[in-house]
Amino acid sequence: MTSFFTYRLGWGFGVSWFVATLIDILIIALPLMLAVAMIIYVDRKIWASMALRRGPNVVGPFGLLQSFADGLKVFLQETIIPIAANKTLFLLAPIITFTVALIVWAVVPFAKDASVANINVALLYVLAASSLGVYGIILAGWSSNSKYPFYSAIRAAAQMVSYEVAIGFVLISVVLWAGSFNLGTIVEAQKGYLFGWVNGNWINPLLFPMAVVFFISSLAETQRAPFDLTEAESELVAGYQTEYSSMSFALFWLGEYANVILMCALNATLFWGGYLPPLNIGFLYLVPGIIWLLIKMAAFFFLFSWVKATVPRYRYDQLMRLGWKIFLPLSLIFVFLVSGYLMLVRVGVPA
Amino acid sequence: MTIGQLIKSYTLWEFVKAHALTLKYFFKAKATINYPFEKNPLSPRFRGEHVLRRYPNGEERCIACKLCEAICPAQAITIEAEPRDDGSRRTTRYDIDMTKCIYCGFCQEACPVDAIVEGPNLEFATETREELIYNKAKLLENGDRWESAVAANLAADAPYR
Repeated sequence: MTSFFTYRLGWGFGVSWFVATLIDILIIALPLMLAVAMIIYVDRKIWASMALRRGPNVVGPFGLLQSFADGLKVFLQETIIPIAANKTLFLLAPIITFTVALIVWAVVPFAKDASVANINVALLYVLAASSLGVYGIILAGWSSNSKYPFYSAIRAAAQMVSYEVAIGFVLISVVLWAGSFNLGTIVEAQKGYLFGWVNGNWINPLLFPMAVVFFISSLAETQRAPFDLTEAESELVAGYQTEYSSMSFALFWLGEYANVILMCALNATLFWGGYLPPLNIGFLYLVPGIIWLLIKMAAFFFLFSWVKATVPRYRYDQLMRLGWKIFLPLSLIFVFLVSGYLMLVRVGVPA
Repeated sequence: MTIGQLIKSYTLWEFVKAHALTLKYFFKAKATINYPFEKNPLSPRFRGEHVLRRYPNGEERCIACKLCEAICPAQAITIEAEPRDDGSRRTTRYDIDMTKCIYCGFCQEACPVDAIVEGPNLEFATETREELIYNKAKLLENGDRWESAVAANLAADAPYR
């Protein structure tokens, strides 16, 4: 798009790059907002179905407009800021959460070479941005100056940091296999497993356990059930969101679900072939890559909701045990196995 | 830990089983009714919103005996009475505070002329508290609106009274 502005309209490179990137961002961010609204509806619907309920079905056809009605309601409410709260941080926290949930989308490849920023250290960028996500939550909890949000913030910080360690090692094994931090290259490296038939790291026995670990860790990273200890309503009211109302609350909500969609996209991209079709057969490539990515993301979102509807909440010590005593050693072992295998196959046995 | 348990825990067997179960439920018919569009049947004895009934000739039934006011355990009913111009004793005020009412049905049972009856209506939520303090006009209006249903319910329940 940059070249369009430079060569057709004769703009300078700087200006056309700026405009093109701005348009790219809007092309991703606006549908994402819509997707968040729909995904909240879908989440409630799936959850309801598994509990033999109906879920939202009154607002609009099949209740499709429920999220927009909720959004409007929240928008019209009064923003309440507690007197004891630290106003600046209190208002900054939901913005951080929301922004961080959005910026990672810059590196997700929607088709071959189609991402806003095709950078070489994309995966590091993802890790860095998702670590920043902790700030939104911990600032929200601390600045509320209220005990339950504070407990929740501490829990969230510990939880996210613990699971990021496991996620880090999982990502390292993927990076080792693909030989690159670039998400596009990682996707392309997943082509043609099993005698060239299947696309996706999941079929690789050395990476499949990592796919499972990554999926479970992404549940913890987005504070979804069974790891939703930060908003355990029976213990902590609503966790770090307790003191929030109106738009600042809505921003948390949007950020949370944007994060969930992002994790679906990362799961699909890292282990399930991203924008590649699931089978490496010629005519499947006629379907545009973004459709395959969206199908995979939808499947993963169903899995997210499915887990939420099925599994009871973990106890906090169980959560920590799973993160540090099971996932961390397991992912370390697999980093060892993957690198050992690659050493033998690609580098050769050292003399 | 036996080998079997180890395999089970590393293949997340319990989770797989649980998810298979919820997936089965996902495709099952819903257990809930589609409420605002579809309603459960109500017993003729159902105690809902109060109505003040009239005789078929349009005369109100209530004779201001104040038995309902006396028996009301929540003291939700307030009655004031005076003789009317034609000499018959009637209420000048008949208020029910629906926020106090516990829907026990004692007023209905105490009434010697079947004037105050708890009708089948249960959808009378309001946006303000004041709207739930019913006066005589409101109760009589309810009576006119629900008369057919109330009469049918009373007839259906009469053999058991």
